[in-house]
Amino acid sequence: MTTLSLTDMQAISERHPDVFAGSWRKALTGWAVGLGLVAYLAFAWWFFAVGAVLASGNWGIAGTYLADWVSYEVRPQIDFKDDRLDISYPRFSAYRADRHPQWLSFEQQSATASAASANKAPASRVTVEIDGSDRIEVTPTGVVVTNGGETLDIAIVPAKSITVAGELPAWATQKKPGEKITVDFGFAGSAQIDADDVNVRHRFFGWENFFFDGHSPYWGKSTGEVLSLVLSGERIDPKMSNAALAWDNIVNNSEWQHGDVWIKMLQTIVMAFVGTLFASLLAFPLAFLAARNITQNRLINQVAKRFFDFLRSVDMLIWALFFTRAFGPGPIAGISAIFFTDTGTFGKLYSEALENIDDKQREGMRSVGASPVSVQRYGVVPQVLPVLISQSLYFWESNTRSATIIGAVGAGGIGLKLWEAMRTNSDWENVAYMVLLILVVVFIFDNISTALRQRLIGNKASH
Amino acid sequence: MTMPLSEAGLAVEQHWRELASRRRLYTAGGLFILFIALSGSLWFANDSNAGKFFDRLPHFFDFVDQMIPRDVFDVWRAMFDLPSPYADGSLKFDYPEGRMYLFGSFYLPEYVYKMLETINIALVSTLIGFAFGFLLCFLAASNLVTQRWLRFFVRRFLEILRAFPEIVIAGFFLAVLSMGAIPAIIAVSLHTIGALGKMFFEVVENADMKADEGLRAVGGNWPERVWFGIVPQVMPNFLSYGLLRLEINVRASTIIGAVGGGGIGEVLRLSISRNHEAKTIAIIILLFCTIVAVDQFSAWLRKRLVGEQAFAFGRGD
Repeated sequence: MTTLSLTDMQAISERHPDVFAGSWRKALTGWAVGLGLVAYLAFAWWFFAVGAVLASGNWGIAGTYLADWVSYEVRPQIDFKDDRLDISYPRFSAYRADRHPQWLSFEQQSATASAASANKAPASRVTVEIDGSDRIEVTPTGVVVTNGGETLDIAIVPAKSITVAGELPAWATQKKPGEKITVDFGFAGSAQIDADDVNVRHRFFGWENFFFDGHSPYWGKSTGEVLSLVLSGERIDPKMSNAALAWDNIVNNSEWQHGDVWIKMLQTIVMAFVGTLFASLLAFPLAFLAARNITQNRLINQVAKRFFDFLRSVDMLIWALFFTRAFGPGPIAGISAIFFTDTGTFGKLYSEALENIDDKQREGMRSVGASPVSVQRYGVVPQVLPVLISQSLYFWESNTRSATIIGAVGAGGIGLKLWEAMRTNSDWENVAYMVLLILVVVFIFDNISTALRQRLIGNKASH
Repeated sequence: MTMPLSEAGLAVEQHWRELASRRRLYTAGGLFILFIALSGSLWFANDSNAGKFFDRLPHFFDFVDQMIPRDVFDVWRAMFDLPSPYADGSLKFDYPEGRMYLFGSFYLPEYVYKMLETINIALVSTLIGFAFGFLLCFLAASNLVTQRWLRFFVRRFLEILRAFPEIVIAGFFLAVLSMGAIPAIIAVSLHTIGALGKMFFEVVENADMKADEGLRAVGGNWPERVWFGIVPQVMPNFLSYGLLRLEINVRASTIIGAVGGGGIGEVLRLSISRNHEAKTIAIIILLFCTIVAVDQFSAWLRKRLVGEQAFAFGRGD
């Protein structure tokens, strides 16, 4: 291989300076575009007050919300009552006074002293095992927390005082002496220890009670146990078989609301399907009016095309809000919104496809004296139909996604449900479930639509 | 008149008949399934809607009636925040309240300001999406990256960004950052990265590899090959897709606005739900004009960039 020496290179560049000089205009344009972009981004930073908003964001809570997607907390509360302890759980928890998690053990208070209400279990000593040797031991006079080999001893006079013996370890915080102490076990949870009560938050990976909620007789049973009950067990509910009961319990699961989520998902699918189908059906004849090689009347062409532009430009959001007011929240509003917007979109796409057809087939039809309708039917439709159907299929898939979003403004479907779940800020695991469902549905439809399109128009269908 | 067919001819005729009837059967079957699915869907949609279609239809025009403002000029006043003769202290006619004074007595009307906010959300998101899509697309192109695992990883990443519902990202950041435009920017940007990244790597895969070969022959490293061999060829297409995205993002940021992301979408939703006819019509006109203007501008620029190819246009996705 010949290699140019440095002197050769210089000699060549001296001989042809114009080749190596580069264009000033080009260089300047590059700089101008770069500077313009930087200036615009600086403006946007100021305009949206990005710095201030990001700084004031509640980032600590973001971590909890994200953790809630894939994990859950069980929150037993232990109240100090003079000479005993009362264990209770939040109202919607599957655990009750007579049903405790395995990691929480306690010594029962003698029945005579028990004046507790039905949802509280009296005890004289409670041990909460967090992780391995990490545990919280609660007695009516104090709390002992063990975390990573260190022990924290807290003496408690119920409802009066809380005192720590010695220094606080790094994993425990107390704002002022005499105030509540927070102990942190990392992902496994945390606990707040106060003079009145101990609030434990024990976190686990996974989705809690995904199939059966606390009211179900199947709750807390292993898959094997459930299967054997369903297949060969005694009837739990005399009114229905065990299988029917299990199905009923799953569908009506109060935490996950499977039945409702599936119905809403189906609504979204229906919205996209019917909206796209109707839009295709209406846009098809209108596109013949808009195509200037088929309807040779400039006025009709223009009117049809401007009509499509109007439908498209008014935007799906406006149609959705409009029809939600007219028909009430629900899939009809969503169908109408998709139908209106996509009639415009398809009209434009179809008429462009019609304007690009090969004229020879029509000529052939005309030359044998076919009627105008037959000319279109046999001269035009066979050429464009695969393309048109392919475009509709493509939008069917994309509309499934759009339907989710317009659902959130009231047009029904999973979007609204998703939005409601997010609003409460406590059901992020339900959000994760619905997102997963949407992703799966979109994935399936994407594949169906791509497969059908490939059969229709070959490999051009890749995007 | 027909000639009797030979045995071979009969066989051909027989085959043709079978083929034709099978095709007819498939078509009829397909249409039948479609019809069943459609009727089922319609019944289901009507059944689960808050208002039944045929009950609500007569009232549809009542609702349209309610959308008509008291007089045509009130729309004008609502749009430019001029005082209304009907002002009665209610939110409905408090047009001058929304003025955004820039300096002295010069003000931006509220809805123009909100519209600008939405356009800026779309613009910033498109720029962010373009930048990251640009960086990622080369790693997903099979003609530039030989490591299958890297391509696989980048492609799945882009797919997830694209398919992840925007409202969930917006909702999450609304919870963390409280109301405002930034959740909308984050949501639309992430989606844009996924969507543009996918289109970009398809463009890169169709690029002419001769320039790349030349650069490889003189010992160019990977970034040099990409920057000097591929980027100049694909840039017009990239910009064209970016502009297409901008059109889509103006719509998307309006929708995200309506669910709490600020901008024109939010005021539109409020105005419709509060029955402020003149305000609603003003916002719709403003939004309509903006969308048409952005579409026209983008179509013109795309045509200059890539010529007739520019006609691919899209929504959603």
